Amino acid sequence: MTRVLIVGAGPAGIRAAETMVEAGLRPIVVDEGHRAGGQIYRRPPDGFARTQETLYGSQAGKARVLHELFDGLVAAGRIDYRPRTSVVALSEEAADCLCDGRIRRIGYERLIIATGAMDRIMPVSGGERAGVFTIGAVQIMLKAQAVAPGRRIVLAGTGPLLSLVADQLRRAGAGLAAVLDTAPLTAQIGALPAMLASRPGTTLRGLRIRAALGRLYHPGVRVDEIVHEVAGPVAVRWRDARDRSRTSPCDAVGIGWHLMAETRLAELAGARMAWSDPQGQWLPVIDAMGRAGAGLYVAGDCAHIAGADAAEIGGRLAASACLADLGFKAADPRADLSRLAWLRRFAAAMAQAFPWPPIEGGEIAGDTVLCRCEGVTAAQLRDAADVATGDFNRAKSLSRLGMGRCQGRYCSLAGALVVAARAGQKPGDVGHLRAQPPVRPVPAAAWLGAGEEDRPDS
Amino acid sequence: MVRLGECSRRRVRLMLDGEEIEALEGDTVLTAVLLTRPYLRPSDAGEGHRAGFCLMGACQDCRIWCASGEGVQACRTLVQEGMVLLTEWPADISR
Repeated sequence: MTRVLIVGAGPAGIRAAETMVEAGLRPIVVDEGHRAGGQIYRRPPDGFARTQETLYGSQAGKARVLHELFDGLVAAGRIDYRPRTSVVALSEEAADCLCDGRIRRIGYERLIIATGAMDRIMPVSGGERAGVFTIGAVQIMLKAQAVAPGRRIVLAGTGPLLSLVADQLRRAGAGLAAVLDTAPLTAQIGALPAMLASRPGTTLRGLRIRAALGRLYHPGVRVDEIVHEVAGPVAVRWRDARDRSRTSPCDAVGIGWHLMAETRLAELAGARMAWSDPQGQWLPVIDAMGRAGAGLYVAGDCAHIAGADAAEIGGRLAASACLADLGFKAADPRADLSRLAWLRRFAAAMAQAFPWPPIEGGEIAGDTVLCRCEGVTAAQLRDAADVATGDFNRAKSLSRLGMGRCQGRYCSLAGALVVAARAGQKPGDVGHLRAQPPVRPVPAAAWLGAGEEDRPDS
Repeated sequence: MVRLGECSRRRVRLMLDGEEIEALEGDTVLTAVLLTRPYLRPSDAGEGHRAGFCLMGACQDCRIWCASGEGVQACRTLVQEGMVLLTEWPADISR
């Protein structure tokens, strides 16, 4: 039987696994989570009692279907499921997987990557300190732990998650102090007809959530600084749409500017990366079905940021493409392709409504920390960019930006803006920070274990 | 950090930098620590402290240690009764 490895058990990975099982294959599904669902349909650990309606709101039905589907496949032994496991490196038809402090090598013949996305971050002065989290992290606190980051929370950034998480905080009884959106109202109104045309129900739900935030919500802002004292953040300083200085007292902050694809494994597997102007980031080059190379398929938000519904379709399409390439008779993809096109139209309209970047690279204050792992400031990167004559990969080596433990995940896009502004180029033209294995930090002892395991018994 | 509910889970005790703290079964190490104080560890890149950032295993900001010197990713590790955690590198373990 062909060994198909699926990385990620969110909406895309779950639908890909289902499609493989329907064709009679038994895929291996490796996922970092304790339980399947991905970030959007993340489940709390055992012992939590809230209902799915409380956790997922209007999306509870979709969450239930995916969880039951996946749990059913696991219980029936139809998939080889490896939870709490990170794929950290890929070599010829083998994945090095970290679980419980040991590396295990898993062989495969076909690879489906569904690694999802993370928050896209614009550096803010003071944003690297304790008490500042991503907006996605605030949502994880709520869903998976039933906690809030503080009693007076400011959320700042843009994108659909900003208002959604603000609404979820409010409903959960958490103290929300302000919602600061860098997207101007004009951009949001301009994109509204296209959003309504492609997903009217979702758009109206978003408008209702926004209306419920009332005077806590401020569009068209510029976030200047997160002010800290010893115990954590105490205020966010910002400017409103009329450029008046404002201060919002707080004790915790969530920041995020929509999402950024997690593409490192796709790149290591051989996918070609290309800059996407509409999405404002580097994405793997795929065909309509998700093919990214020989035996390589990429699905969901790690291929193209379009949300959970699109990820379900993308996972099914990628698995269908894989099956067709293996000589199986695959289902007719036309209905899925047509629906996916609508969802991507909506995603494109949202990218217009919530534009990136909120400010130009040249406007980032010199003492702002860009790389939170290595403590590299915008001024230090500008110096490096001058020496590197606008080559981002060289500026990285010279400044150490992106060379810390997160490997550039949270600074590479802002770094590209800074280097591009310095060199008078576009962010897509200064070069893509190449992915390097291992894509997660791995203790040396874990690799030693891998060597021992490879020895034949005797 | 503050709890918003789900408080009827079983209590778990662990040691944090030599002091006993209480948590609930199903809490992550990050949740348990941030409910008792506003940070996880001193920053190793400049002044101030760190308290985790992404909570989904991507940023690596929440790494602390257990008594043996092994790293613990606080956002992805669930608390266990009797766990011994250190938020600064233990001086008596050589690097």
